[in-house]
Amino acid sequence: MRGGLWQLGQSITRRLAQAEKKAVARRYYSVDSELKKTVLYDFHVANGGKMVPFAGWNMPIQYKDSIIDSTVNCRENGSLFDVSHMCGLSLKGKDSIPFLEKLVIADVAGLAPGTGTLTVFTNEKGGAIDDSVITKVKDDHIYLVVNAGCRDKDLAHIEEHMKAFKAKGGDVSWHIHDERSLLALQGPLAAPTLQHLTKDDLSKIYFGDFRVLDINGASCFLTRTGYTGEDGFEISVPSEHAVDLAKAILEKSEGKVRLTGLGARDSLRLEAGLCLYGNDMEQHTTPVEAGLTWAIGKRRRAEGGFLGADVILKQLEQGPSIRRVGLISSGPPARSHSEIQNEKGENIGEVTSGGFSPCLKKNIAMGYVKSGSHKSGTKVKITVRGKAYDGVVSKMPFVPTKYYKPT
Amino acid sequence: MASRLLWASRAASYLRISVFNRGFASVVKDLKYADSHEWVKVEGTSATVGITDHAQDHLGDVVYVELPEVGASVSQGDSFGAVESVKASSDIYSPVSGKVVEVNEELNTSPGLVNASPYENGWIMKVEIGNTSEVNNLMDSDKYSKFCEEEDAKH
Repeated sequence: MRGGLWQLGQSITRRLAQAEKKAVARRYYSVDSELKKTVLYDFHVANGGKMVPFAGWNMPIQYKDSIIDSTVNCRENGSLFDVSHMCGLSLKGKDSIPFLEKLVIADVAGLAPGTGTLTVFTNEKGGAIDDSVITKVKDDHIYLVVNAGCRDKDLAHIEEHMKAFKAKGGDVSWHIHDERSLLALQGPLAAPTLQHLTKDDLSKIYFGDFRVLDINGASCFLTRTGYTGEDGFEISVPSEHAVDLAKAILEKSEGKVRLTGLGARDSLRLEAGLCLYGNDMEQHTTPVEAGLTWAIGKRRRAEGGFLGADVILKQLEQGPSIRRVGLISSGPPARSHSEIQNEKGENIGEVTSGGFSPCLKKNIAMGYVKSGSHKSGTKVKITVRGKAYDGVVSKMPFVPTKYYKPT
Repeated sequence: MASRLLWASRAASYLRISVFNRGFASVVKDLKYADSHEWVKVEGTSATVGITDHAQDHLGDVVYVELPEVGASVSQGDSFGAVESVKASSDIYSPVSGKVVEVNEELNTSPGLVNASPYENGWIMKVEIGNTSEVNNLMDSDKYSKFCEEEDAKH
């Protein structure tokens, strides 16, 4: 182990957020005090959080529980994450929907009020600027959450297009929810725990649904969504109530829901087959290559009208040349940038994220391979430190998802 | 006044982190330590090598240990394998030069021994050393403890 353990922390952070490589974000590394803190910072430290720099923020990578224990506990009981570093944003105005539809692949007009979906912001070449969960609150109000590491470029992108849109008479404006904090409550105990803290009937709120409601005495935005594959919620709470809400959730779960850091969050999302922007999706990756074709609304496929639509629609027709796949391998866990070869030893692609699955007790990864080698069951070799290990293309999610959907 | 209060709160949170990060790691008196966080136990010309408690604590759950081949040559300061935790992979560096005479095969099935017993059952390799004076380049337990404290305090 060389280079100091601090650098190890840095390498973990880099693996979690490749966006960190950006020169702008790197500036935040120089001094701890330049890192932003969420309102829960002291609460994390008091609870044993090991704080690391992440996308310009000082965030807990883990608490006293090991990452394996935290990951397993999320699926057996529940996890509470502080994800306040992510950027919540509201678009308001009667033309919010046509405006947003120029920038994302989703059929926003087709969403029922109070529901949302995962989407991708695309550039002119059809590549992904960011992935985001967007919600149609009402026809004139969209709520969305973008990645912390992409905040600046996303906001600049939206602002630039908003100026042009308004100049042509469009009615849209934004509000960045810096007055709010974001908590993610995930796992089988998420709903029963949260039900103790609100009068609204959570059994009527399904995966992807959004409500504004009173939780623990504060007016919150509640989205039944998450980044673990489990049932659960993301709760946008006025920052002055965030610590009280976190404490109340832990208390109402009788200690079964545990504070969980970014380390386990990464294991959980990998097990669920969910992309990490910056690793599994980048500026040059199209949603089709990333396996997010399902997120392109039917109407959008027919009409286009979003940035890069020509490239994306052509790819839909002809099939992409590379595709994101799941991988299971022997030997050491494959990490991002490990080479993937076919059985003849020819290069067919690269791992974009990977690690040991705490729940399956084996190595899982995702990466991009040439079309034709993407079918589940295809045998491959994955190179780690110069040695080739056996691997096989596998279906994702690796661990079955448990989203709460109407039966 | 305001800036003084700010300083105080920063200092307080800083101290709390430091206390948490330190304190748990143990060292063993008769071993020698490398600044890359490996230990070595020298008996005559035979050296047993592993990673320290401090290292395993920072790595977290170890899930794979890449062992060297028996018969391979290793040099002081050169990489001879790797330890993979859930968080990250980390190269490991030999604290001595010589020939690998035995590796801990148990780590193939139970890599967690590195966490549970870093100085005993979690040993990684045994080396027949050529030049015993090399060991003088390494730290003793007191010096290594201080080294870890300083390294943690820096960050």
